[in-house]
Amino acid sequence: MAEQALPVEKGVTAPAGESTFMRLAKYTLMRTVVLFFTVVAGVYVTVIIANMGGYVDEIRRGEIRENISIAVMNNPAYKSYTLEQKRELIEELSRLEEKRLGLDKPFLVRSFFFLRNALTLRLGFAQRMVSDAGSRQVRLIILERLPTTLLLFGTADLLLFFSSVFIALILSRQYGSFWDRVFVALSPTSAAPGWFYGIFLILVFASWLRILPFGDLVDVPPPETPVLYALSVLKHLILPTMAIIIGAIFVSVYSWRTFFLIYSSEDYVELARAKGLSDRTIERRYILRPTLPTIITNFALLVISLWTGAPILETVFNWPGLGRTLFQAIGLFDVPVIVGSTVIFAYLLAITVFLLDILYAIVDPRVRIGGGGGR
Amino acid sequence: MGLLRDTLRELRYYPSAIVGLVIISLLVLFSIYTVIAIPYEEAITLWRGGETVWYRLPRTVPPAWTNLFRSKKLPESLILDSREGAAERTEESLSKGEGKQIRLVYTFNFSYDEFPEDLSLYFYPTYTEKPPFVSVLWVTPDGREIRITDQAVKRGAFRFIQDKKLQRRLRRKVGDFPANVALFADPASTEADEPVPLKGTYRLEVLATTFDQESNLEAELIVYGKVYGIAGTDHLRRDLKVALMWGAPVALAFGLLAAVGTTVTTMIIAAIGVWFSGIVDGIIQRITEVNLMLPLLPILIMIGTFYSRSIWVILGATILFSIFGASIKTYRAIFLQIRESPYIEAARAYGASDFRIIFRYLIPRILPILIPNLVTLIPSFVFLEASLAVLGLGDPILPTWGKLIQDSLSNGALYKGLYYWVLEPSALLMITGLGFAMLGFTLDRVFNPRLREI
Repeated sequence: MAEQALPVEKGVTAPAGESTFMRLAKYTLMRTVVLFFTVVAGVYVTVIIANMGGYVDEIRRGEIRENISIAVMNNPAYKSYTLEQKRELIEELSRLEEKRLGLDKPFLVRSFFFLRNALTLRLGFAQRMVSDAGSRQVRLIILERLPTTLLLFGTADLLLFFSSVFIALILSRQYGSFWDRVFVALSPTSAAPGWFYGIFLILVFASWLRILPFGDLVDVPPPETPVLYALSVLKHLILPTMAIIIGAIFVSVYSWRTFFLIYSSEDYVELARAKGLSDRTIERRYILRPTLPTIITNFALLVISLWTGAPILETVFNWPGLGRTLFQAIGLFDVPVIVGSTVIFAYLLAITVFLLDILYAIVDPRVRIGGGGGR
Repeated sequence: MGLLRDTLRELRYYPSAIVGLVIISLLVLFSIYTVIAIPYEEAITLWRGGETVWYRLPRTVPPAWTNLFRSKKLPESLILDSREGAAERTEESLSKGEGKQIRLVYTFNFSYDEFPEDLSLYFYPTYTEKPPFVSVLWVTPDGREIRITDQAVKRGAFRFIQDKKLQRRLRRKVGDFPANVALFADPASTEADEPVPLKGTYRLEVLATTFDQESNLEAELIVYGKVYGIAGTDHLRRDLKVALMWGAPVALAFGLLAAVGTTVTTMIIAAIGVWFSGIVDGIIQRITEVNLMLPLLPILIMIGTFYSRSIWVILGATILFSIFGASIKTYRAIFLQIRESPYIEAARAYGASDFRIIFRYLIPRILPILIPNLVTLIPSFVFLEASLAVLGLGDPILPTWGKLIQDSLSNGALYKGLYYWVLEPSALLMITGLGFAMLGFTLDRVFNPRLREI
């Protein structure tokens, strides 16, 4: 929280000879490379945890068997074989294939095979779950659910960011006012996660007042026209978005307002006031700008924690996204889906961090001018 | 310790800190009381014992105190056990000297505005060859007599609603209502088809004939109400009180252990990294970056599903994955400043060892940041445990608040309007979270004067 508000070092000078764009591009490239290695390491750790009991091995074996069974059953050359002979043939071919793929190699070697598969999204076949389109490939199951998750969390994160900045700015202007004290007093409520408030929201708006749906993505049956469909989705989006926002807004407004206050007590702000600049200009140029990098760092951590909470929030709201897929996979003990979803979550975190990193580079003059570097 | 005393003195001026401290102390006292009043073994039996432990309670009913807010009072559960002397007992030997007649009379007052949920009569006969023969008679306050059943009884239950014969008899005598309504209905109201319970003193007479002198019969009459106890019951007739009470020590232990384990280790690692700098620092920084990329909840889900759901395994994993969290960067920034202080140079000059400097000179300086962080972290771990429980990965044995929420949600408590079931554990979670968060936020302001000025 407040510790991140340590003032940035000032008096950075720009080295000559590089355009802003080039520097931005260089920074972005550097971050991409660093993040890539970070993601690879993260996915590797995930794979290792998943495979401590040999679970990924089982997934791979299942996949091989599946492929070979299909090949044998569809191959006209084996048509005259009895079922027993076919089964023996499948056994034999699977054993050979496992050997070819190195499943008999030591774990250290194998773990790198898994890593490569996870990185290329070859996530294997689900044991019990099926995608809406009927596929049993984990990748397809996950990709099918991803858009709804992105819709929910994208909407919530954007709303959260802009409303928090807006409210924090207003509160920093009227420090000590009634609303300021209300937000400070309410900031401890953010100790509870979004899903927790989600239960209360469902209780009040769905169960008691009956004005909003309990959950799910659209009405049943889904409306026919695209406009009505979108409106129905929008109606279902209200409660989960509200839950995410309520769970985080008070503490972010509180800490961001504190950042604003710290920066508005700087000498250059006083000077700008003395010069007679309007409040708006001062706010935009001298307070908001230097605070934004700190706020974005703070927001990045917040978004990471929100992503992490997705499985439970989507479960509470019955939202057919990636998180609920993970929850369903737990219920069905569908190992490939569990591992696959976890890997995808790691990717989502990485992409989020990457996007916010670029944003950080754009708003942080030190990166643009080429001074002290990133965080 | 001077620091602690000063802090406590200062906290008096912050109402939110006082509220937080009061909540925390009450929670601690409540937990201690729980562990003493319902020892672990007993709690497990009460929570996981099966029907034989829970049969006396009604199913999914709200707590009794909700009657205070109702204009129509819901009936409370009534348990009349002849073994505990709740029935008037008379015995007389039969003339032939073979067997005896036992009469058990249960009298109770019923003055509620709603019908009870169900009625059951549990028989506990003792006999050698032939089980005793029993006739049961129901007497309403206005003196009507209704024959309930005549049968030879073995050990077991007579369920009023499920008995077909009784149902037929009641249809003839009262009207087409289930037994729990028909037996309590005011005759005037049944004709209008809008049954209202008749208030007054009811009597149930059990007349048993045994076939030898040694035989005996005890019976227990249970009138299942529509409210129960201080906390209500769940779909398995379990008293929610047990789980609500035991949730407190579990939540506190999990939150405290995880928060202390995480913050202290994080701090030590940050200090070591800063002090040795170079490669050590680089490695720690990289691990932190990778760890930030790991989705904590899905990984805990994976561990819970694949390996073990025990709360202690999850606790260990939580600590392990939280050590290299974002706070390591905060601590690092502060340690970097402290490292340059003159007194550290002095310590080096007199030849203090690396670890002496880390543990005696670096770490104590960071406590003002560490303590608020620790207190603020506790609720997030309490809620993490609840989150896992709601996902169905709670500890398989211990009753916790999160598991109550999961039970209620998966049994459609919100759809069916059984709000007490959701609200009770949620309220306790909320109070716990708020208590620690309020104290933590205030401590942050007390220890970090930069914030206090603003």
